[in-house]
Amino acid sequence: MRHALYTFAYRRSSDQDAGAPVRHPVVVVGAGPVGLATAIDLGQRGVPVVLLDDADRIGEGSRGICWSKRTLEICDRLGVGEKLVAQGVTWKLGRVFSGNELVFSFDLLPESGHKMPAFINLQQFYLEKALCDRVGEIDAIDMRWRNKLVGVEPHNDHVRLKIDTPDGPYTLEAAWLIAADGARSATRDMLGLSFSGVTFEDKFLIADIKMAADFPTERRFWFDPSFHAGQSALMHRQPDNVWRIDLQLGPDADAAEEQKPERVTERLRRMLGDIPFTLEWISVYRFNCRRLDRFVHGRVVFIGDAAHQVSPFGARGANSGIQDAENLAWKLAAVLEGEAGASLIESYERERIQAADENIAHSTRSTDFIAPHSPAERQLRNAVLAMAPKAEFARRMINSGRLSVATVYDTPLSTPDESSFGGSARLGAPVPDAPVLRKDGVASHLLDNVAGEFTLLYVKNGAMPEVPEGVRPICIGEDLIDSDGVLGQRLDATPGAAYLLRPDQHLAARWRHADGAKIAAARRRALGRAG
Amino acid sequence: MSRLITRLQFADPDAAYLTLVEARRGLSLEAAAELDTKLVLILANHIGDIEVLKEAVALAKA
Repeated sequence: MRHALYTFAYRRSSDQDAGAPVRHPVVVVGAGPVGLATAIDLGQRGVPVVLLDDADRIGEGSRGICWSKRTLEICDRLGVGEKLVAQGVTWKLGRVFSGNELVFSFDLLPESGHKMPAFINLQQFYLEKALCDRVGEIDAIDMRWRNKLVGVEPHNDHVRLKIDTPDGPYTLEAAWLIAADGARSATRDMLGLSFSGVTFEDKFLIADIKMAADFPTERRFWFDPSFHAGQSALMHRQPDNVWRIDLQLGPDADAAEEQKPERVTERLRRMLGDIPFTLEWISVYRFNCRRLDRFVHGRVVFIGDAAHQVSPFGARGANSGIQDAENLAWKLAAVLEGEAGASLIESYERERIQAADENIAHSTRSTDFIAPHSPAERQLRNAVLAMAPKAEFARRMINSGRLSVATVYDTPLSTPDESSFGGSARLGAPVPDAPVLRKDGVASHLLDNVAGEFTLLYVKNGAMPEVPEGVRPICIGEDLIDSDGVLGQRLDATPGAAYLLRPDQHLAARWRHADGAKIAAARRRALGRAG
Repeated sequence: MSRLITRLQFADPDAAYLTLVEARRGLSLEAAAELDTKLVLILANHIGDIEVLKEAVALAKA
């Protein structure tokens, strides 16, 4: 089986030779997808970031493979979206089988006109590599491999960090510490924070295998297939002829025994018959649905798996972590620039706890369906499956994982609508993408033109309202042309309508008729300041 | 002509399933069967349409 794909050199920092601990505005601990995304988003905003990781390599195991449309839109703003899509396997269809019979199909992105697909599959190490390469292009980021955080001492306006390296320990100070150190977060342990929730009893086997097969590029899920009786199975394509196979093993499986290659091979033979394959990565896991009570503890902010964990059904783990990163980065930048008070960080907690709770609820429901807790619960589940071929309602109750979509924030940062709006845009949600033509006639997408700052989309009707400082105006009909009418539909745009987007592309306010005072008040509100 | 509605009527089918699965959480198969029987009676009466009830019985037995 394959081991690390990419290794990185430890380099001594001048901080290690400083007489007194050096103070940095932001230290991020953990260079997984979430820590990397946080560092890039901050770095692109000109915020100096020190990024620590205790390892010096990536690529041990595929781990997360499904990246959602919203994650790809964020990665696009971070400069790697197109690369990921080119490298990944694009898919949007899911098929669910009961026994060997197809009972349900779904299409995750039935409408066109979005730059990014509903999902791509790509091994996590490729995404991490792309983000690491991007980190290397940003001077504001100081990446420190083999720097292990071993001590955290919170103070009112900073955190003192003890870091171990191959050259021995040193001390740093951070005005803000972002803990992106994963499900087994050492930062969380060092602060003595409990991490409570539900642990599911069922064990699952993940096997990533390499084989030349022409199975369709779909997410295929089986309940009780003949090749794996009484349990569920999942099959999903990755690049490089690698396939993710996930087999439910039940609560009594012996994890050590089940990871033995000969045992895995035997199970896979039953599923795949004579197709030749090689094993890339094997893991047996049980999963948790849990979160921290609070994500913000003074100057320590938890993010990604360090803050919350879900089951893998629904691709809500790493995707929600990257959405945490985009939520936090612009707020932290605004606080450090003095544009907003530290209280804006509380809105990160509020908005991302809402998202975490949504993800935990979906993930728990899927798990209840896939791995019933008792014979009585299994009886209900099996009744739904048995009815599915005969009744549409039963097909729609089949739950093999409801796949990650962006949360619509119910947030005090939004200015309540004063007029009603239709369309698919939602206050508190990312603005829907749409095809547009740029001034120079080049075909583009809306989100390509909304790049990380407060933006006002104004639908041309005479002169643009006065736009306050700190908001970039885009005139629809002048700067961008709604060539297909799709943008107008999605925004329910009328002449003179205006839409204020936060730096994370979420819709903060909208008006049929705006003026400078309303726009300025909405911006202040979105920065957590009294209107 | 069929009067029984088999298309989905719940806005959130997962919430409906959750309500039903939580109702039987911790129950034995027998206790769950007793719960189901009571639910059938309650919902049959709520529907109050003998033709729909007959069609539902036929679908469940099909």
